[in-house]
Amino acid sequence: MIAHFLNDLTIFVLAIFVGYEIISKVPVILHTPLMSGTNAIHGIVLVGAMLVLGGADTTLARVVGFCAVVLGAVNVVGGFMVTDRMLQMFRKKSGPNEP
Amino acid sequence: MIHTTSLGAGIHFAYLVSSVLFILGIKGLSSPRTARSGNRLAAIGMLLAIVATLLDRQILSYTWIVAGIVVGSAIGAVAARTVTMTAMPQMVALFNGSGGGAAALVSSLEYRHLIQAGALPLDSGISILLGALIGAISFSGSIVAFGKLQGLLPEKAVTYPLQQVVNGLLAAAILVLAWMVLNGSGGSHAFIAFLAGSLLLGVLAVIPIGGGDMPVVISLLNSFTGLATAATGFALHNVVLIISGTLVGASGTLLTVLMCKAMNRPITNVLFGAFGAAPSATTSPAGGGAAAMAGKPVRDVSVEDAATILAYARKVIIIPGYGLAVAQAQHALRELADLLKARGVEVVYAIHPVAGRMPGHMNVLLAEANVPYEELKDLDAVNPEFESADVALVVGANDVVNPAARHDSQSPIYGMPILDADKSKHIIVLKRSMKPGFAGIDNELFYDPKTMMLFGDAKDSIAKLAQTVKAL
Repeated sequence: MIAHFLNDLTIFVLAIFVGYEIISKVPVILHTPLMSGTNAIHGIVLVGAMLVLGGADTTLARVVGFCAVVLGAVNVVGGFMVTDRMLQMFRKKSGPNEP
Repeated sequence: MIHTTSLGAGIHFAYLVSSVLFILGIKGLSSPRTARSGNRLAAIGMLLAIVATLLDRQILSYTWIVAGIVVGSAIGAVAARTVTMTAMPQMVALFNGSGGGAAALVSSLEYRHLIQAGALPLDSGISILLGALIGAISFSGSIVAFGKLQGLLPEKAVTYPLQQVVNGLLAAAILVLAWMVLNGSGGSHAFIAFLAGSLLLGVLAVIPIGGGDMPVVISLLNSFTGLATAATGFALHNVVLIISGTLVGASGTLLTVLMCKAMNRPITNVLFGAFGAAPSATTSPAGGGAAAMAGKPVRDVSVEDAATILAYARKVIIIPGYGLAVAQAQHALRELADLLKARGVEVVYAIHPVAGRMPGHMNVLLAEANVPYEELKDLDAVNPEFESADVALVVGANDVVNPAARHDSQSPIYGMPILDADKSKHIIVLKRSMKPGFAGIDNELFYDPKTMMLFGDAKDSIAKLAQTVKAL
Protein backbone atom coordinates (compact mmCIF):
# COMPACT_ATOMS: atom_id res chain seq x y z
CA MET A 1 0.00 0.00 0.00
CA ILE A 2 2.70 2.43 1.01
CA ALA A 3 4.62 1.56 -2.18
CA HIS A 4 1.56 2.52 -4.23
CA PHE A 5 1.25 5.78 -2.37
CA LEU A 6 4.94 6.67 -2.77
CA ASN A 7 4.68 5.92 -6.49
CA ASP A 8 1.70 8.25 -6.82
CA LEU A 9 3.38 10.92 -4.73
CA THR A 10 6.47 10.84 -6.95
CA ILE A 11 4.38 11.32 -10.08
CA PHE A 12 2.41 14.10 -8.36
CA VAL A 13 5.50 16.09 -7.37
CA LEU A 14 7.14 15.74 -10.78
CA ALA A 15 3.89 16.80 -12.50
CA ILE A 16 3.82 20.00 -10.41
CA PHE A 17 7.17 21.00 -11.86
CA VAL A 18 6.19 20.06 -15.41
CA GLY A 19 2.95 22.05 -15.09
CA TYR A 20 4.78 25.08 -13.77
CA GLU A 21 7.50 24.99 -16.44
CA ILE A 22 5.27 24.62 -19.50
CA ILE A 23 2.78 27.25 -18.35
CA SER A 24 5.15 30.02 -17.38
CA LYS A 25 5.95 30.81 -21.02
CA VAL A 26 2.40 31.65 -22.19
CA PRO A 27 1.79 35.24 -23.47
CA VAL A 28 -1.01 37.22 -21.79
CA ILE A 29 -3.28 37.22 -24.84
CA LEU A 30 -3.54 33.45 -24.64
CA HIS A 31 -4.37 33.33 -20.94
CA THR A 32 -8.12 32.97 -21.49
CA PRO A 33 -7.78 30.13 -24.02
CA LEU A 34 -5.18 28.57 -21.73
CA MET A 35 -7.51 28.71 -18.73
CA SER A 36 -10.25 27.21 -20.86
CA GLY A 37 -7.95 24.55 -22.34
CA THR A 38 -6.57 23.39 -19.00
CA ASN A 39 -10.16 23.48 -17.74
CA ALA A 40 -11.00 20.90 -20.41
CA ILE A 41 -7.99 18.77 -19.41
CA HIS A 42 -9.16 18.35 -15.81
CA GLY A 43 -12.23 16.83 -17.41
CA ILE A 44 -10.06 13.70 -17.29
CA VAL A 45 -11.93 13.13 -14.02
CA LEU A 46 -14.41 11.51 -16.44
CA VAL A 47 -12.06 8.52 -16.47
CA GLY A 48 -12.44 8.21 -12.71
CA ALA A 49 -16.21 8.58 -13.03
CA MET A 50 -16.31 5.78 -15.64
CA LEU A 51 -14.29 3.47 -13.40
CA VAL A 52 -16.49 3.96 -10.32
CA LEU A 53 -19.72 3.76 -12.34
CA GLY A 54 -18.45 0.61 -14.05
CA GLY A 55 -18.03 -1.02 -10.66
CA ALA A 56 -21.30 0.28 -9.18
CA ASP A 57 -23.56 -2.44 -7.77
CA THR A 58 -26.60 -0.64 -6.34
CA THR A 59 -29.12 1.74 -7.88
CA LEU A 60 -27.96 4.61 -5.68
CA ALA A 61 -24.34 4.06 -6.69
CA ARG A 62 -25.35 3.89 -10.36
CA VAL A 63 -27.30 7.15 -10.13
CA VAL A 64 -24.42 8.94 -8.41
CA GLY A 65 -21.91 7.47 -10.85
CA PHE A 66 -24.11 8.38 -13.80
CA CYS A 67 -24.25 12.00 -12.61
CA ALA A 68 -20.46 12.01 -12.26
CA VAL A 69 -20.02 10.71 -15.83
CA VAL A 70 -22.46 13.31 -17.19
CA LEU A 71 -20.67 16.14 -15.36
CA GLY A 72 -17.27 14.87 -16.49
CA ALA A 73 -18.41 14.62 -20.13
CA VAL A 74 -19.84 18.18 -19.99
CA ASN A 75 -16.45 19.36 -18.73
CA VAL A 76 -14.50 17.53 -21.45
CA VAL A 77 -16.64 18.20 -24.52
CA GLY A 78 -17.73 21.72 -23.56
CA GLY A 79 -14.20 22.64 -22.50
CA PHE A 80 -12.43 21.55 -25.66
CA MET A 81 -15.10 22.93 -28.00
CA VAL A 82 -15.27 26.33 -26.36
CA THR A 83 -11.46 26.59 -26.40
CA ASP A 84 -11.42 25.69 -30.07
CA ARG A 85 -14.02 28.38 -30.79
CA MET A 86 -11.87 30.98 -29.03
CA LEU A 87 -8.71 29.92 -30.84
CA GLN A 88 -10.44 29.89 -34.20
CA MET A 89 -10.58 33.66 -33.89
CA PHE A 90 -6.85 33.97 -33.47
CA ARG A 91 -6.23 32.70 -36.99
CA LYS A 92 -3.99 34.98 -38.97
CA LYS A 93 -6.38 36.91 -41.17
CA SER A 94 -5.57 36.94 -44.88
CA GLY A 95 -7.24 37.68 -48.21
CA PRO A 96 -10.49 39.67 -48.33
CA ASN A 97 -10.13 41.13 -44.86
CA GLU A 98 -6.77 42.70 -45.55
CA PRO A 99 -7.02 46.40 -46.47
CA MET B 1 -3.46 0.18 -10.17
CA ILE B 2 -0.29 -1.68 -11.14
CA HIS B 3 -1.42 -3.93 -13.95
CA THR B 4 -0.11 -7.41 -14.43
CA THR B 5 -2.11 -8.50 -17.48
CA SER B 6 -1.11 -7.42 -20.98
CA LEU B 7 -4.48 -5.65 -21.36
CA GLY B 8 -3.77 -3.77 -18.15
CA ALA B 9 -0.31 -2.86 -19.39
CA GLY B 10 -1.85 -1.60 -22.64
CA ILE B 11 -4.24 0.65 -20.74
CA HIS B 12 -1.39 1.96 -18.62
CA PHE B 13 0.62 2.69 -21.76
CA ALA B 14 -2.35 4.50 -23.34
CA TYR B 15 -2.58 6.65 -20.19
CA LEU B 16 1.10 7.51 -20.55
CA VAL B 17 0.57 8.59 -24.17
CA SER B 18 -2.45 10.67 -23.08
CA SER B 19 -0.38 12.41 -20.42
CA VAL B 20 2.31 13.26 -22.97
CA LEU B 21 -0.36 14.61 -25.35
CA PHE B 22 -1.73 16.82 -22.55
CA ILE B 23 1.72 18.23 -21.87
CA LEU B 24 2.37 18.85 -25.58
CA GLY B 25 -1.11 20.35 -25.87
CA ILE B 26 -0.54 22.86 -23.10
CA LYS B 27 2.84 23.68 -24.60
CA GLY B 28 1.12 24.28 -27.94
CA LEU B 29 -1.31 26.66 -26.26
CA SER B 30 1.61 28.91 -25.39
CA SER B 31 1.97 30.34 -28.89
CA PRO B 32 -0.79 31.83 -31.07
CA ARG B 33 0.46 29.84 -34.06
CA THR B 34 0.27 26.43 -32.39
CA ALA B 35 -2.54 27.07 -29.91
CA ARG B 36 -5.30 25.49 -31.92
CA SER B 37 -3.36 22.34 -32.76
CA GLY B 38 -2.28 22.19 -29.12
CA ASN B 39 -5.88 22.14 -27.98
CA ARG B 40 -6.59 19.39 -30.50
CA LEU B 41 -3.63 17.32 -29.30
CA ALA B 42 -5.02 17.52 -25.77
CA ALA B 43 -8.47 16.51 -27.06
CA ILE B 44 -6.95 13.48 -28.82
CA GLY B 45 -5.19 12.57 -25.58
CA MET B 46 -8.53 12.77 -23.79
CA LEU B 47 -10.24 10.55 -26.37
CA LEU B 48 -7.44 8.00 -26.05
CA ALA B 49 -7.73 7.95 -22.26
CA ILE B 50 -11.51 7.48 -22.42
CA VAL B 51 -11.33 4.64 -24.97
CA ALA B 52 -8.58 2.92 -22.98
CA THR B 53 -10.68 3.17 -19.81
CA LEU B 54 -13.60 1.47 -21.55
CA LEU B 55 -11.37 -1.62 -21.86
CA ASP B 56 -10.65 -1.71 -18.13
CA ARG B 57 -11.64 -4.94 -16.39
CA GLN B 58 -13.07 -2.99 -13.44
CA ILE B 59 -15.95 -1.99 -15.69
CA LEU B 60 -18.74 -4.53 -15.55
CA SER B 61 -21.52 -2.78 -17.46
CA TYR B 62 -21.35 -0.23 -20.27
CA THR B 63 -24.98 0.88 -20.67
CA TRP B 64 -24.94 3.60 -18.02
CA ILE B 65 -21.45 4.78 -18.92
CA VAL B 66 -22.23 5.22 -22.60
CA ALA B 67 -25.56 6.89 -21.79
CA GLY B 68 -23.83 9.28 -19.38
CA ILE B 69 -21.14 10.19 -21.89
CA VAL B 70 -23.73 10.80 -24.63
CA VAL B 71 -25.91 13.00 -22.39
CA GLY B 72 -22.95 14.97 -20.99
CA SER B 73 -21.34 15.44 -24.41
CA ALA B 74 -24.59 16.72 -25.88
CA ILE B 75 -25.04 19.24 -23.07
CA GLY B 76 -21.42 20.38 -23.32
CA ALA B 77 -21.50 20.65 -27.13
CA VAL B 78 -24.71 22.68 -27.22
CA ALA B 79 -23.49 24.99 -24.46
CA ALA B 80 -20.08 25.50 -26.12
CA ARG B 81 -21.62 26.22 -29.53
CA THR B 82 -24.31 28.64 -28.43
CA VAL B 83 -22.44 30.74 -25.84
CA THR B 84 -21.54 34.25 -26.95
CA MET B 85 -17.91 35.35 -26.63
CA THR B 86 -19.04 37.92 -24.06
CA ALA B 87 -20.43 35.22 -21.80
CA MET B 88 -17.28 33.11 -22.10
CA PRO B 89 -16.04 33.63 -18.51
CA GLN B 90 -19.23 32.32 -16.92
CA MET B 91 -19.30 29.40 -19.36
CA VAL B 92 -15.77 28.40 -18.34
CA ALA B 93 -16.92 28.71 -14.72
CA LEU B 94 -19.80 26.28 -15.38
CA PHE B 95 -17.59 23.72 -17.16
CA ASN B 96 -15.14 24.01 -14.29
CA GLY B 97 -17.92 23.48 -11.76
CA SER B 98 -18.98 20.33 -13.65
CA GLY B 99 -15.49 18.89 -13.29
CA GLY B 100 -15.41 19.76 -9.60
CA GLY B 101 -18.81 18.17 -9.03
CA ALA B 102 -17.68 15.02 -10.86
CA ALA B 103 -14.57 14.80 -8.66
CA ALA B 104 -16.68 15.12 -5.49
CA LEU B 105 -19.08 12.40 -6.66
CA VAL B 106 -16.26 10.05 -7.67
CA SER B 107 -14.67 10.50 -4.24
CA SER B 108 -18.01 9.78 -2.55
CA LEU B 109 -18.48 6.55 -4.49
CA GLU B 110 -14.94 5.42 -3.79
CA TYR B 111 -15.53 6.09 -0.07
CA ARG B 112 -18.64 3.90 -0.14
CA HIS B 113 -16.79 1.23 -2.09
CA LEU B 114 -13.94 1.05 0.44
CA ILE B 115 -16.29 1.12 3.46
CA GLN B 116 -18.24 -1.79 2.00
CA ALA B 117 -14.98 -3.63 1.33
CA GLY B 118 -14.37 -3.34 5.07
CA ALA B 119 -11.61 -0.80 5.60
CA LEU B 120 -10.67 2.80 4.85
CA PRO B 121 -6.86 2.93 4.63
CA LEU B 122 -5.41 6.25 5.80
CA ASP B 123 -3.87 7.26 2.44
CA SER B 124 -7.04 6.48 0.46
CA GLY B 125 -9.17 8.11 3.15
CA ILE B 126 -7.22 11.38 3.01
CA SER B 127 -7.24 11.37 -0.80
CA ILE B 128 -10.99 10.76 -0.84
CA LEU B 129 -11.65 13.54 1.67
CA LEU B 130 -9.46 15.98 -0.24
CA GLY B 131 -11.13 15.09 -3.55
CA ALA B 132 -14.58 15.55 -2.02
CA LEU B 133 -13.67 18.79 -0.21
CA ILE B 134 -11.89 20.55 -3.08
CA GLY B 135 -14.30 19.21 -5.70
CA ALA B 136 -17.35 20.38 -3.74
CA ILE B 137 -15.85 23.84 -3.08
CA SER B 138 -15.02 24.16 -6.77
CA PHE B 139 -18.53 23.05 -7.76
CA SER B 140 -20.52 25.41 -5.54
CA GLY B 141 -17.98 28.24 -5.86
CA SER B 142 -18.10 28.05 -9.67
CA ILE B 143 -21.89 28.17 -9.62
CA VAL B 144 -21.82 31.30 -7.46
CA ALA B 145 -19.22 32.83 -9.83
CA PHE B 146 -21.48 31.96 -12.76
CA GLY B 147 -24.48 33.51 -10.99
CA LYS B 148 -22.58 36.73 -10.32
CA LEU B 149 -21.29 37.12 -13.89
CA GLN B 150 -24.66 36.20 -15.40
CA GLY B 151 -26.39 38.75 -13.17
CA LEU B 152 -28.47 36.12 -11.33
CA LEU B 153 -26.75 36.97 -8.04
CA PRO B 154 -25.66 40.42 -6.83
CA GLU B 155 -22.36 41.34 -8.49
CA LYS B 156 -21.29 43.37 -5.49
CA ALA B 157 -19.33 41.79 -2.71
CA VAL B 158 -21.84 40.46 -0.19
CA THR B 159 -20.65 41.11 3.33
CA TYR B 160 -22.18 40.49 6.73
CA PRO B 161 -20.92 40.79 10.29
CA LEU B 162 -18.49 38.15 11.57
CA GLN B 163 -18.07 36.77 8.04
CA GLN B 164 -14.52 35.51 8.59
CA VAL B 165 -15.52 34.02 11.94
CA VAL B 166 -18.43 32.13 10.36
CA ASN B 167 -16.18 30.79 7.60
CA GLY B 168 -13.53 29.86 10.17
CA LEU B 169 -16.06 27.97 12.29
CA LEU B 170 -17.34 26.15 9.22
CA ALA B 171 -13.80 25.17 8.24
CA ALA B 172 -13.21 23.87 11.78
CA ALA B 173 -16.43 21.85 11.66
CA ILE B 174 -15.33 20.34 8.34
CA LEU B 175 -11.99 19.34 9.91
CA VAL B 176 -13.76 17.64 12.84
CA LEU B 177 -16.04 15.77 10.44
CA ALA B 178 -13.01 14.70 8.39
CA TRP B 179 -11.43 13.30 11.55
CA MET B 180 -14.64 11.39 12.34
CA VAL B 181 -14.71 9.92 8.82
CA LEU B 182 -11.07 8.84 9.02
CA ASN B 183 -11.28 7.08 12.39
CA GLY B 184 -14.61 5.51 11.45
CA SER B 185 -16.56 6.94 14.39
CA GLY B 186 -18.90 9.04 12.24
CA GLY B 187 -19.96 6.57 9.58
CA SER B 188 -21.47 7.68 6.30
CA HIS B 189 -23.51 10.41 8.04
CA ALA B 190 -20.27 12.19 8.88
CA PHE B 191 -19.18 11.88 5.26
CA ILE B 192 -22.43 13.38 3.96
CA ALA B 193 -22.19 16.22 6.49
CA PHE B 194 -18.56 16.73 5.40
CA LEU B 195 -19.68 17.01 1.78
CA ALA B 196 -22.52 19.42 2.64
CA GLY B 197 -20.16 21.57 4.70
CA SER B 198 -17.70 21.72 1.79
CA LEU B 199 -20.43 22.84 -0.59
CA LEU B 200 -21.49 25.56 1.84
CA LEU B 201 -17.88 26.68 2.27
CA GLY B 202 -17.58 27.11 -1.51
CA VAL B 203 -20.64 29.39 -1.53
CA LEU B 204 -19.55 31.42 1.50
CA ALA B 205 -16.01 31.83 0.16
CA VAL B 206 -17.07 33.28 -3.20
CA ILE B 207 -20.11 35.36 -2.09
CA PRO B 208 -17.96 38.12 -0.48
CA ILE B 209 -15.86 38.59 -3.63
CA GLY B 210 -16.94 41.36 -6.01
CA GLY B 211 -17.78 40.72 -9.66
CA GLY B 212 -14.61 42.49 -10.79
CA ASP B 213 -12.47 39.83 -9.17
CA MET B 214 -14.36 36.89 -10.68
CA PRO B 215 -11.60 36.19 -13.26
CA VAL B 216 -9.18 35.53 -10.44
CA VAL B 217 -11.73 33.37 -8.67
CA ILE B 218 -12.49 31.30 -11.78
CA SER B 219 -8.79 30.81 -12.39
CA LEU B 220 -8.27 29.71 -8.79
CA LEU B 221 -11.25 27.36 -8.88
CA ASN B 222 -9.88 25.94 -12.14
CA SER B 223 -6.71 24.95 -10.34
CA PHE B 224 -8.83 23.60 -7.45
CA THR B 225 -10.67 21.26 -9.79
CA GLY B 226 -7.31 20.12 -11.12
CA LEU B 227 -6.17 19.29 -7.59
CA ALA B 228 -9.48 17.56 -6.80
CA THR B 229 -8.98 15.45 -9.91
CA ALA B 230 -5.45 14.60 -8.80
CA ALA B 231 -6.84 13.60 -5.38
CA THR B 232 -9.30 11.18 -7.00
CA GLY B 233 -6.31 9.83 -8.91
CA PHE B 234 -4.61 9.07 -5.57
CA ALA B 235 -7.77 7.36 -4.29
CA LEU B 236 -8.18 5.23 -7.44
CA HIS B 237 -4.41 4.79 -7.97
CA ASN B 238 -4.84 6.09 -11.48
CA VAL B 239 -1.77 7.70 -13.04
CA VAL B 240 -3.42 9.73 -15.79
CA LEU B 241 -5.76 11.39 -13.26
CA ILE B 242 -2.84 12.37 -11.05
CA ILE B 243 -0.72 13.76 -13.90
CA SER B 244 -3.46 15.70 -15.69
CA GLY B 245 -5.04 17.02 -12.51
CA THR B 246 -1.68 18.18 -11.20
CA LEU B 247 -0.73 19.86 -14.49
CA VAL B 248 -3.94 21.89 -14.27
CA GLY B 249 -3.47 22.54 -10.56
CA ALA B 250 0.03 23.94 -11.13
CA SER B 251 -0.89 25.97 -14.21
CA GLY B 252 -4.07 27.37 -12.65
CA THR B 253 -2.19 28.48 -9.55
CA LEU B 254 0.48 30.21 -11.63
CA LEU B 255 -2.13 31.91 -13.82
CA THR B 256 -3.98 33.12 -10.73
CA VAL B 257 -0.79 34.65 -9.34
CA LEU B 258 -0.08 36.36 -12.67
CA MET B 259 -3.57 37.87 -12.70
CA CYS B 260 -3.21 39.19 -9.17
CA LYS B 261 0.16 40.68 -10.14
CA ALA B 262 -1.51 42.50 -13.04
CA MET B 263 -3.85 44.12 -10.52
CA ASN B 264 -0.99 44.72 -8.11
CA ARG B 265 -2.90 43.12 -5.24
CA PRO B 266 -1.92 40.14 -3.13
CA ILE B 267 -4.21 37.15 -3.55
CA THR B 268 -5.27 37.30 0.10
CA ASN B 269 -6.68 40.76 -0.57
CA VAL B 270 -8.70 39.45 -3.51
CA LEU B 271 -10.11 36.53 -1.54
CA PHE B 272 -10.77 38.17 1.81
CA GLY B 273 -10.73 41.91 1.06
CA ALA B 274 -14.42 42.14 0.02
CA PHE B 275 -13.18 44.44 -2.76
CA GLY B 276 -16.10 46.13 -4.46
CA ALA B 277 -18.52 45.89 -1.56
CA ALA B 278 -21.69 47.96 -1.80
CA PRO B 279 -20.91 51.66 -1.12
CA SER B 280 -23.18 51.63 1.93
CA ALA B 281 -20.80 49.15 3.53
CA THR B 282 -17.68 51.25 2.94
CA THR B 283 -17.05 54.04 5.38
CA SER B 284 -13.52 54.72 4.14
CA PRO B 285 -12.41 58.22 3.11
CA ALA B 286 -12.52 57.02 -0.53
CA GLY B 287 -16.30 56.95 -0.30
CA GLY B 288 -16.35 60.57 0.80
CA GLY B 289 -13.99 61.56 -2.00
CA ALA B 290 -16.23 59.97 -4.57
CA ALA B 291 -19.25 61.79 -3.22
CA ALA B 292 -17.42 65.10 -3.44
CA MET B 293 -16.47 64.37 -7.02
CA ALA B 294 -20.04 63.68 -8.02
CA GLY B 295 -20.79 67.40 -7.69
CA LYS B 296 -18.15 68.38 -10.28
CA PRO B 297 -19.12 69.29 -13.82
CA VAL B 298 -18.74 66.82 -16.67
CA ARG B 299 -18.20 67.94 -20.27
CA ASP B 300 -20.61 66.47 -22.81
CA VAL B 301 -19.69 66.18 -26.47
CA SER B 302 -21.88 65.78 -29.54
CA VAL B 303 -21.36 62.96 -32.04
CA GLU B 304 -20.36 65.50 -34.72
CA ASP B 305 -17.67 67.13 -32.59
CA ALA B 306 -16.28 63.81 -31.44
CA ALA B 307 -16.20 62.47 -35.01
CA THR B 308 -14.35 65.58 -36.22
CA ILE B 309 -11.72 65.32 -33.50
CA LEU B 310 -11.17 61.65 -34.36
CA ALA B 311 -11.08 62.17 -38.12
CA TYR B 312 -8.47 64.95 -37.96
CA ALA B 313 -6.26 63.31 -35.36
CA ARG B 314 -2.87 61.91 -36.28
CA LYS B 315 -2.94 59.19 -33.68
CA VAL B 316 -5.84 57.58 -31.83
CA ILE B 317 -5.44 55.06 -29.04
CA ILE B 318 -8.57 53.00 -28.42
CA ILE B 319 -9.07 51.65 -24.90
CA PRO B 320 -11.70 48.94 -24.93
CA GLY B 321 -13.29 47.71 -21.72
CA TYR B 322 -15.97 45.28 -20.71
CA GLY B 323 -18.67 47.80 -21.66
CA LEU B 324 -17.61 47.24 -25.27
CA ALA B 325 -18.37 43.56 -24.95
CA VAL B 326 -21.68 44.14 -23.20
CA ALA B 327 -22.81 46.42 -26.02
CA GLN B 328 -21.52 43.87 -28.60
CA ALA B 329 -19.78 46.82 -30.19
CA GLN B 330 -16.47 45.19 -31.20
CA HIS B 331 -17.47 44.88 -34.89
CA ALA B 332 -18.73 48.46 -35.08
CA LEU B 333 -15.52 49.63 -33.40
CA ARG B 334 -13.36 47.85 -35.97
CA GLU B 335 -15.34 49.53 -38.77
CA LEU B 336 -14.78 52.93 -37.19
CA ALA B 337 -11.07 52.15 -36.85
CA ASP B 338 -10.90 51.09 -40.52
CA LEU B 339 -12.51 54.37 -41.60
CA LEU B 340 -10.02 56.34 -39.53
CA LYS B 341 -7.11 54.33 -40.91
CA ALA B 342 -8.35 54.98 -44.45
CA ARG B 343 -8.04 58.68 -43.65
CA GLY B 344 -4.44 58.16 -42.57
CA VAL B 345 -5.01 58.17 -38.82
CA GLU B 346 -2.74 55.88 -36.86
CA VAL B 347 -4.93 53.60 -34.73
CA VAL B 348 -3.79 51.25 -31.97
CA TYR B 349 -5.68 49.42 -29.26
CA ALA B 350 -4.44 49.56 -25.67
CA ILE B 351 -5.25 46.37 -23.83
CA HIS B 352 -5.10 46.40 -20.05
CA PRO B 353 -4.22 43.01 -18.55
CA VAL B 354 -7.49 42.87 -16.63
CA ALA B 355 -9.74 44.48 -19.23
CA GLY B 356 -12.79 42.33 -19.74
CA ARG B 357 -13.46 39.66 -17.23
CA MET B 358 -10.64 37.25 -17.87
CA PRO B 359 -7.02 37.89 -18.83
CA GLY B 360 -6.94 38.02 -22.60
CA HIS B 361 -10.74 38.27 -22.82
CA MET B 362 -10.49 41.57 -24.69
CA ASN B 363 -8.06 40.03 -27.19
CA VAL B 364 -10.55 37.25 -27.91
CA LEU B 365 -13.39 39.73 -28.44
CA LEU B 366 -11.34 41.96 -30.76
CA ALA B 367 -9.99 38.95 -32.66
CA GLU B 368 -13.61 37.94 -33.20
CA ALA B 369 -14.10 41.30 -34.92
CA ASN B 370 -11.05 40.70 -37.18
CA VAL B 371 -8.85 43.29 -35.49
CA PRO B 372 -5.26 42.43 -36.51
CA TYR B 373 -2.90 41.30 -33.76
CA GLU B 374 -0.29 43.93 -34.48
CA GLU B 375 -2.69 46.72 -33.50
CA LEU B 376 -3.22 45.31 -30.00
CA LYS B 377 -0.68 46.65 -27.54
CA ASP B 378 -0.32 45.76 -23.91
CA LEU B 379 0.10 48.13 -21.00
CA ASP B 380 3.89 48.51 -20.93
CA ALA B 381 4.16 48.92 -24.69
CA VAL B 382 1.40 51.48 -25.08
CA ASN B 383 1.75 53.72 -22.03
CA PRO B 384 4.70 55.76 -23.39
CA GLU B 385 2.62 56.42 -26.55
CA PHE B 386 -0.20 58.32 -24.84
CA GLU B 387 1.82 61.54 -24.63
CA SER B 388 2.07 61.64 -28.42
CA ALA B 389 -1.55 60.62 -28.99
CA ASP B 390 -4.15 63.14 -30.05
CA VAL B 391 -7.11 61.17 -28.78
CA ALA B 392 -7.59 58.41 -26.25
CA LEU B 393 -10.94 56.83 -27.10
CA VAL B 394 -12.24 55.03 -24.02
CA VAL B 395 -14.98 52.56 -24.92
CA GLY B 396 -16.71 51.03 -21.93
CA ALA B 397 -13.55 50.95 -19.82
CA ASN B 398 -13.44 52.60 -16.42
CA ASP B 399 -11.27 51.39 -13.56
CA VAL B 400 -8.29 50.63 -15.84
CA VAL B 401 -7.99 54.34 -16.77
CA ASN B 402 -8.65 55.79 -13.31
CA PRO B 403 -5.70 58.06 -12.40
CA ALA B 404 -6.57 57.61 -8.72
CA ALA B 405 -4.68 54.33 -8.93
CA ARG B 406 -1.48 56.38 -9.35
CA HIS B 407 -1.81 58.97 -6.62
CA ASP B 408 -4.72 58.37 -4.22
CA SER B 409 -3.49 56.02 -1.55
CA GLN B 410 -7.04 55.94 -0.11
CA SER B 411 -8.47 54.48 -3.31
CA PRO B 412 -9.18 50.75 -3.31
CA ILE B 413 -7.41 50.43 -6.66
CA TYR B 414 -4.32 52.37 -5.51
CA GLY B 415 -1.19 50.79 -6.95
CA MET B 416 -2.90 48.97 -9.80
CA PRO B 417 -1.06 49.70 -13.06
CA ILE B 418 -3.34 51.75 -15.32
CA LEU B 419 -3.41 52.96 -18.91
CA ASP B 420 -2.28 56.60 -18.95
CA ALA B 421 -5.23 57.86 -21.01
CA ASP B 422 -5.13 61.17 -19.15
CA LYS B 423 -1.76 62.00 -20.75
CA SER B 424 -3.11 62.26 -24.28
CA LYS B 425 -4.31 65.60 -25.74
CA HIS B 426 -7.99 64.71 -25.77
CA ILE B 427 -9.93 61.98 -24.08
CA ILE B 428 -13.26 60.86 -25.47
CA VAL B 429 -15.19 58.53 -23.19
CA LEU B 430 -18.08 56.48 -24.52
CA LYS B 431 -20.24 55.54 -21.59
CA ARG B 432 -23.81 54.60 -20.91
CA SER B 433 -24.18 56.77 -17.82
CA MET B 434 -22.14 58.24 -14.96
CA LYS B 435 -22.50 55.02 -12.98
CA PRO B 436 -19.20 53.91 -11.41
CA GLY B 437 -17.36 50.88 -12.83
CA PHE B 438 -17.14 47.26 -11.82
CA ALA B 439 -15.07 48.05 -8.76
CA GLY B 440 -17.71 50.57 -7.65
CA ILE B 441 -15.31 53.53 -7.56
CA ASP B 442 -15.87 56.95 -9.10
CA ASN B 443 -13.39 57.92 -11.83
CA GLU B 444 -11.73 61.35 -11.73
CA LEU B 445 -10.71 61.01 -15.39
CA PHE B 446 -14.32 61.80 -16.32
CA TYR B 447 -14.02 65.17 -14.58
CA ASP B 448 -10.70 66.04 -16.25
CA PRO B 449 -11.05 69.28 -18.31
CA LYS B 450 -9.53 67.45 -21.32
CA THR B 451 -12.20 64.75 -21.16
CA MET B 452 -15.35 64.73 -23.26
CA MET B 453 -18.17 62.36 -22.48
CA LEU B 454 -20.32 60.84 -25.22
CA PHE B 455 -23.23 59.23 -23.39
CA GLY B 456 -25.28 56.38 -24.82
CA ASP B 457 -25.07 52.76 -25.85
CA ALA B 458 -21.51 52.10 -27.08
CA LYS B 459 -22.57 50.27 -30.25
CA ASP B 460 -25.02 53.00 -31.13
CA SER B 461 -22.51 55.80 -30.47
CA ILE B 462 -19.76 54.09 -32.47
CA ALA B 463 -22.08 53.49 -35.43
CA LYS B 464 -23.06 57.18 -35.40
CA LEU B 465 -19.41 58.21 -35.15
CA ALA B 466 -18.56 56.01 -38.14
CA GLN B 467 -21.40 57.50 -40.18
CA THR B 468 -20.29 61.02 -39.38
CA VAL B 469 -16.62 60.29 -40.11
CA LYS B 470 -17.66 58.83 -43.49
CA ALA B 471 -19.56 62.01 -44.32
CA LEU B 472 -16.70 64.35 -43.41
